[in-house]
Amino acid sequence: MGKKLLAGPYLLWMVAFTVIPLALIVYYGFTGVGGGFTLANVAAIARPEHSKALVLSLALSMVSTVCCLVLAYPLAMVLRGRGIGKGSFIVFIFILPMWMNFLLRTMAWQTLLEKNGVINAFLGFFGLPKLQIMNTPAAIVLGMVYNFLPFMVLPIYNVLAKIDDDTINAAADLGANFFQTLLRVWFPLSLPGVISGITMVFVPSLTTFVISNLLGGSKILLIGNVIEQEFTKSGNWHMGSGLSMVLMVFIMASMLLLAKYDRGGEGTTF
Amino acid sequence: MERSLIELSHISKSFDGTMVLDDLELSVRENSFVTLLGPSGCGKTTTLRIIGGFEKPDAGRVVFDGMDITGLPPNKRQVNTVFQKYALFSHMNVEENIAFGLKIKNKPKAYIADKIKYSLKLVNLDGFEKRGVASLSGGQQQRVAIARAIVNEPRVLLLDEPLGALDLKLRQDMQYELIRLKNELGITFIYVTHDQEEALTMSDTIVVMNQGYIQQMGSPEQIYNEPENAFVADFIGESNILDACMVRDELVKIFGVNFPCVDVGFAPNCPVDAVIRPEDIVLVEPENGQITGTCTHLIFKGVHYEMEVTGENGFEWLVHSTTFCPVGEKVGIRVDPFNIQIMNKPASVDEEAVGVEE
Repeated sequence: MGKKLLAGPYLLWMVAFTVIPLALIVYYGFTGVGGGFTLANVAAIARPEHSKALVLSLALSMVSTVCCLVLAYPLAMVLRGRGIGKGSFIVFIFILPMWMNFLLRTMAWQTLLEKNGVINAFLGFFGLPKLQIMNTPAAIVLGMVYNFLPFMVLPIYNVLAKIDDDTINAAADLGANFFQTLLRVWFPLSLPGVISGITMVFVPSLTTFVISNLLGGSKILLIGNVIEQEFTKSGNWHMGSGLSMVLMVFIMASMLLLAKYDRGGEGTTF
Repeated sequence: MERSLIELSHISKSFDGTMVLDDLELSVRENSFVTLLGPSGCGKTTTLRIIGGFEKPDAGRVVFDGMDITGLPPNKRQVNTVFQKYALFSHMNVEENIAFGLKIKNKPKAYIADKIKYSLKLVNLDGFEKRGVASLSGGQQQRVAIARAIVNEPRVLLLDEPLGALDLKLRQDMQYELIRLKNELGITFIYVTHDQEEALTMSDTIVVMNQGYIQQMGSPEQIYNEPENAFVADFIGESNILDACMVRDELVKIFGVNFPCVDVGFAPNCPVDAVIRPEDIVLVEPENGQITGTCTHLIFKGVHYEMEVTGENGFEWLVHSTTFCPVGEKVGIRVDPFNIQIMNKPASVDEEAVGVEE
């Protein structure tokens, strides 16, 4: 009884801020402006401008997730190799930008990448061709990778740090070179970290509208921007809710896929 | 005399400025069972890891079968290691763990399957192929670790305190298993332990180490019966180490009493350490004793009584005897000449019997 009582506040919190909002979204998503039941809001994803935004969102978040993974894994390996004491300083340096405001960091990239921004001024000084990536998908990916990279590094580092040195020594002892050890021991053992890293980069990348707003200009619309505009500009909550439900389905599908890989990693990777 | 397979010469190694091994010389014969024995921090594991290739010596050479392998990475060496905490691959089952080395070497499937079967039989784990390693007990995990190492047919198997985590009964069983395994495989074992009983039971050769130096190297009998210094005497079994003085050859003065002994070649009046094992002390009637004392402590140990006999000068003799002597009783002590082992006093601090822990 006492324990149930303790859980009370959390239950209340969950109901107030998770269950009810979710129910509201479902309600809005399945009703029309008039109030009657409709599938139109969900089906609206099929409209070319919406499906284009969704596909672009999926593509960009996948690209940025892969970039993060490729950058983060070696970094996490280096951090682990340094040992706890020396490694933690680098981790600190790495996390430091995360303590700065997210918007500020992204706006900083705006200043850097602009047509007459810092980078181009620098390039121009040396007579090099100007960089034209502002307001392109490339700039958005850059913003995503920059903002979400720590979320990939930390879970991978955490898992790698727990792997016993002798497990790695054992692989070498049994004749494996560095790449064989990486493929057959490091990677499968770090899979849980990789999975959570992917989740923590892919989901915010898929739903972001701030990064695309700031670095993609008004020309590139991601599904996050579309939903945001439905709520803020068009004032069509029904359409926004319907579309965000579709997005949720995509996220849940990707999570299920990842979970399957994770379980597959428990011994069949060899 | 078989030729030596591994030759360590002038090996030095320090970690963060602390000298762990200092100019170590060690030669291991083919097909022998060599045990590196010593307290923690004596450098025995470091020596093993240098042979395995996991540590690079700061100075010195590692020669394997006539070839200098000092700079060779572990994956190129013809040795395999059984690690202290097993170091099994937790994401693989038993079979995959054992197959790891063979798959790396691209052996044919049928060969690998045969080898897995054979090695599991050898370590008494038939039928465990598909089990996950996390579901195994410590003893079983250890056996898998051994199987994983020996399927690769190494010339030398390195074992780093492999039985340390097991309980007493299992440890004793595994000792016999390891001896059997060694005989069946016909390869060289280099074994690291801090357990002197384990070392005495299994080895052909024991290398007693302390503070980065080899204190003594020899057969278990030599190490036990003829310790070269007080450290070895104290570390290998229990012993009474006594301040003594050589009177002449075959006569030593202990606490003012002349004891006949069998050692020769010490200078007259040379101060020495005399070692007497507690089980070599014979308790007699006070009037028949070479030295007399009073029993001050008595514990029944099963095989024998463990007693402390305090001599007239206050020295406490440790005695293991089946003769019962009640506390407070006066008793005489006799020691046969061949049971007194005379050693030089430690020449340096490094040989001092310090920091003995088990």
